[in-house]
Amino acid sequence: MPTPPGTAVTLDAFTDRYAQRTHGMTASEIRALFAVASRPEVVSLAGGMPNLSALPLDAVGKLMGELVQTRGAQALQYGSGQGDPHLRELICEVMALEGIAASSEDVVVTVGSQQALDLVTRVFIDPGDVVLAEAPSYVGALGTFSAYQAEVVHVAMDEHGLVPEALREAIAGVKAAGKRAKFLYTVPNFHNPAGVSLAEARRDEVLAVCQAAGLMVLEDNPYGLLGFDGPPTPAIRARGAKRGGDSDDVLYLGSFSKTFAPGLRVGWVLAPHAVREKLVLAAEAAVLCPPQLNQMLVAEYLSTQDWQGQVGAFRGMYRERRDAMLDALTQQMPAGTTWTHPAGGFYVWVTLPEGLDSKVLLPRAVTARVAFVPGTAFYADGSGRNHLRLSYCYPEPDRIREGVRRLATVLEEEVELRETFGATGPPTSLRSQSESPSPDLA
Amino acid sequence: MRALVLAGGLSHERDVSLRSGRRVLDALRAVGVDADLRDADASLLTHLAAVDYDAVLVAVHGGAGEDGALREVLDIAEVPYVGSTPAPCRMAWDKPTAKAIAARAGVSTPGSVVLPHAAFRELGAAAVLDRLVGHLGLPLMVKPARGGSALGCSTVTKPDELPAAMVSCFSYGEAALVEQFVTGTEVAVTVVDTGDGPHALPAVEIVPVSGVYDYTARYTAGQTEFFAPARLSDPLSAAVAEAAITTHAALGLRDLSRVDLVVDADGMVQLLEVNTSPGMTETSLLPMAVEAAGLSFGELLSELLARAASRG
Repeated sequence: MPTPPGTAVTLDAFTDRYAQRTHGMTASEIRALFAVASRPEVVSLAGGMPNLSALPLDAVGKLMGELVQTRGAQALQYGSGQGDPHLRELICEVMALEGIAASSEDVVVTVGSQQALDLVTRVFIDPGDVVLAEAPSYVGALGTFSAYQAEVVHVAMDEHGLVPEALREAIAGVKAAGKRAKFLYTVPNFHNPAGVSLAEARRDEVLAVCQAAGLMVLEDNPYGLLGFDGPPTPAIRARGAKRGGDSDDVLYLGSFSKTFAPGLRVGWVLAPHAVREKLVLAAEAAVLCPPQLNQMLVAEYLSTQDWQGQVGAFRGMYRERRDAMLDALTQQMPAGTTWTHPAGGFYVWVTLPEGLDSKVLLPRAVTARVAFVPGTAFYADGSGRNHLRLSYCYPEPDRIREGVRRLATVLEEEVELRETFGATGPPTSLRSQSESPSPDLA
Repeated sequence: MRALVLAGGLSHERDVSLRSGRRVLDALRAVGVDADLRDADASLLTHLAAVDYDAVLVAVHGGAGEDGALREVLDIAEVPYVGSTPAPCRMAWDKPTAKAIAARAGVSTPGSVVLPHAAFRELGAAAVLDRLVGHLGLPLMVKPARGGSALGCSTVTKPDELPAAMVSCFSYGEAALVEQFVTGTEVAVTVVDTGDGPHALPAVEIVPVSGVYDYTARYTAGQTEFFAPARLSDPLSAAVAEAAITTHAALGLRDLSRVDLVVDADGMVQLLEVNTSPGMTETSLLPMAVEAAGLSFGELLSELLARAASRG
C-alpha cells in the first residue's frame, strides 16, 4: 500500500529499539569494495582464508564417513558444554608443542577461537573497561571488544613485537586516567596483521609487567605452529613453568583453523579453573555446546593422521608464498615504502610513503584489480591510515607477484596525486566502521 | 517469459548491484516470471548462447552496467534488454554531459566545473582550487564525473577541505565534477515508459539522518528518512516530474530511468544526475517510487521485460 503523504519511511521499523552497541553497524563503503575482490580478475591480497589445497580431502572424507557410520549416535547428538573430553586431551598434546603443560580439565572447546575471544570478553569486560592491545591488532578481536563496549588502548610494537616499555607507559596512562584495564590482548606469533613475533627475550618481561599491574594476558595463538624457521617459540602461557607451573595469569586461545580446517570452527581456551567454570556457563548460554561432529572429526584427524606432517606441508606452502611476496615487494615498491618480514603466518604489514592514505587508495587499487585491507581496520581509534595489510596465504606465487606489481602502480599514481595536492587531512567521507573483509574472502 | 537478471560486474558498485539483483529476482519470481540471476562475467556470452531468454534486465551498476558497454554486448548478442540503448547510457553516465544536454533542454542544473587530475598537476593545484572556490563559491560537492552510490563524493564547506575531497574523488575516477552544493529538498524521480510515453512516478524525498546522503546513508536501513510522495506543493511536484521527463527525453532514454533533483530554497528545480541502471536494493529509491504509485515492483519489471521481448 502507498504510504500516506507526509509520512516518513526509514525502511527499518526497529530503528529506535537497537542496543547502543549496534550503532556502528552500518553499511561500509570500504567493505563493499571487497565484493569486487572476490572476482577472479582481482588479485586479492585482502582476505585471510587458509589455503586448504594441500589438505588430504580423501582421508578426511573417509574419517567423516566412518565417524557417522560407527559413532553417529554420539557424533550427531548434543555434547558437553565444555567440549569433547577426548579432544580436550588431544588439545593438551597440541599445546605441549609450544611448551604448555595443561590439564584437559582447564580446556574449554569453542566455536573457533573467535568464540573464545567473545566468551572471555563477556566474562571480564564491563562497558568502559580498558583492554590493552597491540598497535595494530587483530580486527576480529577489536570487533569483539567493541561489541562489549570496551575501550581499547593500543600499545606500540616494533620488529620484535610488543614493546615492554610502551606497555608500562600504557598501563600508567590508563591508571592516571582513572580507568581500569582488565587484560592485555596479544598475538605473540606471526602477528595478524603486523607479521612480527614477540621476541623470546621479551616474553618474560611482558608477563612480569602485566603481573605487576594485576593484568591478565589474553594470549591468542592461531599461527604458532606455522613458523618457517625452526621450532616454535614457547608460549607466554608456558613462561611460568620455570617457576614451577604454567602462569595462571595467562588465558590462552588456540585454534585448528590454520593447522587443519577453518570450516570446522573448532578452537579452544585454556583458563584457570575458576575462570573456566564461568566460561563453560557462558558458552552454554551462547551455543549450548560446540559442534560434536566437528570435534570428533578433529579428534580422529589428530589421532589417526600425520597431522604434524600436514602442518609441515602448510608451512612449506606458506613459506613459498611469503618469499614470493617479499621478493616482489623488494623489486616493485616505490621509494619510501617499508614492510615487515614475517617468519611465519599469513601477513605482511606495509607502511606507505608519507602522506598516503590506504583507505583512500583502495578504490584505485580495486580499479587496478588488486585488493588489500586498509590499516585503519586494525585500530580501534581510526589511526593506521598510512598502513595496509597484505596476505600471502591464499593466491599462487605468480598471482602474488602480479598483485604486488599492480599495487606498486597504484601507489605510484597515488604518490603523484599527493604531490599534486600536497598534504591533506582525512576526507570528510568514509565514516563507517566495518572495514575488514568477510571471512570467506580469499 | 524467461528472463535473465544481470548483477555484479567489476565496478566499485558490485556489492550494491548484487543486492539489487537479488531483490529484482525475488520480485520477478513472485509474479511468476521464470527468472535467473547471474554475474556479468567472462562466461556471459556463452550462457546467453546456450539459454533462450526472452529478455534481460541489467541490474549492474556503475562501469559497464551504465556506460553502455554491457548493452552494446547484449546488442551484438542479439538479446533484447530492458532500458536504454548504449549511446544514451554513455551520455547519462558522464554527469557533465548529462547536465549539459539537460540544460540545453531547459532543465536547470547547479553550476559546475569538470577537471581531470592532469589539469591540477599541470596548472598548479593550489591556484586552480583557489580559483575554483572564487568562481563557484562554497559549499561545494565534489564527485567523480562518472560513478554512483555517492562513492568518492564529498561535501566541501571550507576551502581547506577541498584538496582531500579531490584526492578522494580521483581515487574513484580520472575526472572530477566540482559542483555548487544546493541546499534544499532532495528528490529522486523515477521515469517509466511502458508503451504510452515516459511518465513520472511520485517523487521520493530523501532526508538523511546524518545530513549527508552518502554510501552509509544509502545502504543502511534506518539511516535515511524517505517521503514518498515527497512533501512538495502540487506545482513543485509537477515541476520535478516535468524536469525528470524532459531530462529522460533529452538524453533519449528508454523504458526507465531515475533522475535525481534538488528543489532549492527559491523553489527552483535543479538536476543533479541521471541513472540508467538505478538501484533496486531494499533501500533504493526506484522501488519506493513504484510502491508510492500503487504499483507492484515485480509486475512493472515484468511488463518492461515483456516490452523489451516484443522489441527483440
